[in-house]
Amino acid sequence: MSSELKIVNGRVYDPANNIDGKIQDIFIRDGKIVDSVSSSATKIDAHGMVVMPGAVDIHCHIAGAKVNLARKLQPEDHRLDVHPKTAHTRSGTGGVVPSTFATGYRYATMGYTTAMEAAVPPITARHTLEELDDTPVIDKGFYVLLGNNAFLLKLLKEGRKKEFKEAIAWWIDSVHAYTLKLVNVGADELWKGRKNANITNVNDNIDHYNITPTHVIESFIEAAHELGLPHPPHVHCNNLGHSGNISTTLDTMKAAQGRRVHMAHIQFHSFGGEVNKDAVSGVRSIIDYVNENENITTDVGQVMFGKATAMTADAPLAWMLRNVKMNKWINADTECESGCGIIPFTYQDHIYTHALQWAMGLELFLHSKDPWRVLLSTDHPNGGSFMSYPTLIKLLMDSAYRKEALSYVNQKAIDQTSLRELDREYTLSEIAIITRAGPARALGLKNKGHLGVGADADITIYTEEDDKEAMFNAPRYVIKDGVTVIKNHEFATDHKGKLLHTKPGYNADISQEIEPFFEDYYSVKFNNYAISEDYLHDHEVIPTHPKA
Amino acid sequence: MSATHLKLHTAPEVPLETEVINPTVFANLSQSGIENLNVMHGNDKCHLGDFFKVTGKGASEIHIEGDLSGVKLIGAGMSEGKISVEGDVGMHLGVGMSGGEIIVNGNAGDWVGPEMSGGRIIIKKNAGHMIGSAYRGQSTGITGGEIFIHGNAKNEVGSAMRRGLIVVGGNAGDFTGVNMLAGTIIVLGELGIRTGAGMKRGSIVSLQDAPMLPSFDYSCTYHPLFLRLYFSRLRANGFKRKIQDQHITGKYKRYSGDGIELNRGEVLLFAG
Repeated sequence: MSSELKIVNGRVYDPANNIDGKIQDIFIRDGKIVDSVSSSATKIDAHGMVVMPGAVDIHCHIAGAKVNLARKLQPEDHRLDVHPKTAHTRSGTGGVVPSTFATGYRYATMGYTTAMEAAVPPITARHTLEELDDTPVIDKGFYVLLGNNAFLLKLLKEGRKKEFKEAIAWWIDSVHAYTLKLVNVGADELWKGRKNANITNVNDNIDHYNITPTHVIESFIEAAHELGLPHPPHVHCNNLGHSGNISTTLDTMKAAQGRRVHMAHIQFHSFGGEVNKDAVSGVRSIIDYVNENENITTDVGQVMFGKATAMTADAPLAWMLRNVKMNKWINADTECESGCGIIPFTYQDHIYTHALQWAMGLELFLHSKDPWRVLLSTDHPNGGSFMSYPTLIKLLMDSAYRKEALSYVNQKAIDQTSLRELDREYTLSEIAIITRAGPARALGLKNKGHLGVGADADITIYTEEDDKEAMFNAPRYVIKDGVTVIKNHEFATDHKGKLLHTKPGYNADISQEIEPFFEDYYSVKFNNYAISEDYLHDHEVIPTHPKA
Repeated sequence: MSATHLKLHTAPEVPLETEVINPTVFANLSQSGIENLNVMHGNDKCHLGDFFKVTGKGASEIHIEGDLSGVKLIGAGMSEGKISVEGDVGMHLGVGMSGGEIIVNGNAGDWVGPEMSGGRIIIKKNAGHMIGSAYRGQSTGITGGEIFIHGNAKNEVGSAMRRGLIVVGGNAGDFTGVNMLAGTIIVLGELGIRTGAGMKRGSIVSLQDAPMLPSFDYSCTYHPLFLRLYFSRLRANGFKRKIQDQHITGKYKRYSGDGIELNRGEVLLFAG
C-alpha cells in the first residue's frame, strides 16, 4: 500500500525550482515528491507556515573514532545535558559532542535531514559506518581523508598519476565514502617525522617526498574531476588559524585551475596580517576570489561564542591550540593515513581573536555575492555546536539584532572588520539556499535540497515568526522520506536515515600495487581492510560521471 | 520543634535517589505532598512515601532516621535550612549545595558534597572517597562551603577544589588535594601517599608527617600564624580532643608544589 501525504496552504521556499514564498501544495507518495496524490492522502494544513526542503549540512563532525574520543574526553559536558528518551525516540547525552542518537534527533529538531561527516581516516571507516547507522532520522555520508596518505604521496612522488587516480577510487570504494577530504596536506606526515613540524608554505617541498602541497592538492582535484565524483575534493587548507594564511588559501584555490573544489570552513583560512603577530581580517581578498570563481564552493565555518571542541585531522594545529589553552587534549597518529587532535575549547566574546573570528564569519556571509556557493556551517563542533545554527540565521537575517550583538563583543576586533557598515539582511529564500539548496547542489545530491517532482520527501515546516531564531529553532513538522517524524514540535515516530556513498570505478589491478605496501606498513591485513558492501545497512549509491 | 521527620520503613533493594529531600522542595508541602514526591528506585519511579514515613511539619529542618546507606543524593542542590540524619548515608550527599547545613550522625558514602559552593556538611563518623571533589572531567570542584569529617576519609579528598575548607578528623587516603586550585584541607590524622599531586595553589595541613612527592620542594620550618585562627575555630566545632596546644603553637615543615604545575601550593606538616 502506498503512503500519501499532502501539505496544503504553505508558503513554499524552494530556490532550486525558483519558488520564492509562493502559496503552493506539495504532494508526497512513498517517500518521494510527486505532482498529485489521491483524495485519501493524509493532509497537513500549513496555513501561516513556511515550507522548505530539509536542510543539508555539508560539513560537520558527527561520527567516528575522533568524535567518540571527544565524547570520552568530556564527561562533564554530558552530565549537564541529558537527552531523555521519549515515547518514540531513544535517550542519549548532549553537550557540544552529543551521542549518536542525540545527534540524529537534535539535527532533526533543527530541521536538518542530511548531514555529512567531514573527516574520516580510512582505517576508522568501519567504526564511522557503525556510528552513522546509529544516527537516527538523517541521511548521512562521510568524506575520507586521503591528503596525508603515505601510499598516495609515494605514487605522486614517483609521478604515477594513473595509479594515483585508481588508488583514490579504490580507497573511496573500499570504505564507502562520499568524496575525499584533504587536510593540511603533507603536514601530518611532517609532524610524525620531526618534532613540532608543520608546513608554512604550500609551495615548499614536503620533506622526503620532494613534491609540494600545491602539487598534491592539484593532483587530487584533477583525479576527482576525472573520476566524476558528485562532490569535488573537500579541502581544509594548510596553515589553519595562522595569521596571514590568506596567501596559502589563495594559492590552494588557484591550484584547482578552474576545476571544482570545495573549501572547508573558510573563515579559519581568512586571516590577514603577519605570521606570529595579531591576526586581522583578510576576508575581503578571500571572498572576492570566491565570488569571481564559480568553480569554488565553500562553507563558512562560523565561530559561535560558547563551548566548542576542536576536532581535526590537522595534528600540528591541535598542538598549537593546546599551547593556548593548556587544557586536556588528545593527539594521535592514524597509521599511514592521517593525524588527529582533539581539544575542548570555549570561544569568548571578550577575547580579541575569538571575536575577530566570529566577525570574519559574518563578513564572509555578508560579502558573498552567490549564496549557492557560500554555505552555512559552524564546522560543528569546531566553531560551535550545530545547535547554534538558529542564532546564526538570526544574525544573518536581522541587522538590528546583529548590530546589538556587535556591541557586546571585543571592539578592537570589530574595528578590524567591515561589519559595522554592513546592513545586508538575508532573505528566507537566501537562507533556504545556504542551508538547503546550495549544499545539496554542491554535493551533487539531485534528490535533496529541493521540492520538485522526484525529490526525496525531506521537508521542514516552520511557523512563520519575526524572531527567526525562535522560528528555526523548532520546526512545526519535519518530514523525512515522506514520514512525519516531528509533528507539532514533537517526535511522532522514530526513523532511520540511510548512508549516501559513491562507487567510483577502478581497475582491479591497483590492489596488487597497494597490497605489498599494506603488508609492510599497516597493522591491518589487506584482506581485512576493505569493507564489504553487505556490511552496510540502508544505503544509496550516488552515481559518478567519469570523464572519458 | 518545627521539623519534618522522615523514618525509613522499607530499606531500598537497590540505591534510591532522593534529591527531593531538600528543605526548599519540602516548603509549602503537606505530609501527603511530601510522601508523593518522586524518587527513583533503581530505574523504577516511586514515591518518597514508599520508603519513608513522614511526620511533623516545617521545612526549615528535616530530620531523617534509619540506615540510609543505600540512599543517594540527600540534600542535593540545597540552599537553605538544615538536614540532620541519624544513621549512615549513601553516596552523593549534598551535591552542589549552596547553603544550609547537613549533619550526619553516622558514616557517609563516597562523593560527599561534590561541587558545593556554600553551606556546611558535618559527618560524625567516617566518609568514603571523593569528599568535596569535582565530578570526573570537570576542572573545578567545590567553590565554597565547609565539610567536616570527624572520622576517616578515603582517597581524593578535595580533588580540584577551588575555595572552601575541608577538615578530616581522622586519616585521609591517597591523593588528598589532587589537582587542587585553591582552598584549605586540614587532616588531623595521617595522609596517604601522593598528597597534593597536580595542585596549583591552596594549603594542605596535617598534624602527622607524610611522604611527599618528589615534585614538592621543602621550603622551611616555621610557625604559620593563620593556623591559630583555623584551629581555635575547629576546637569550638568538635575537634577539641584532636587539636592540642602544641599544634597551635608548634612549627610546621612547609613543602611547596606541585612543581609540575604552578608550584604555588603548600603542604604543611606538623614538626613539633
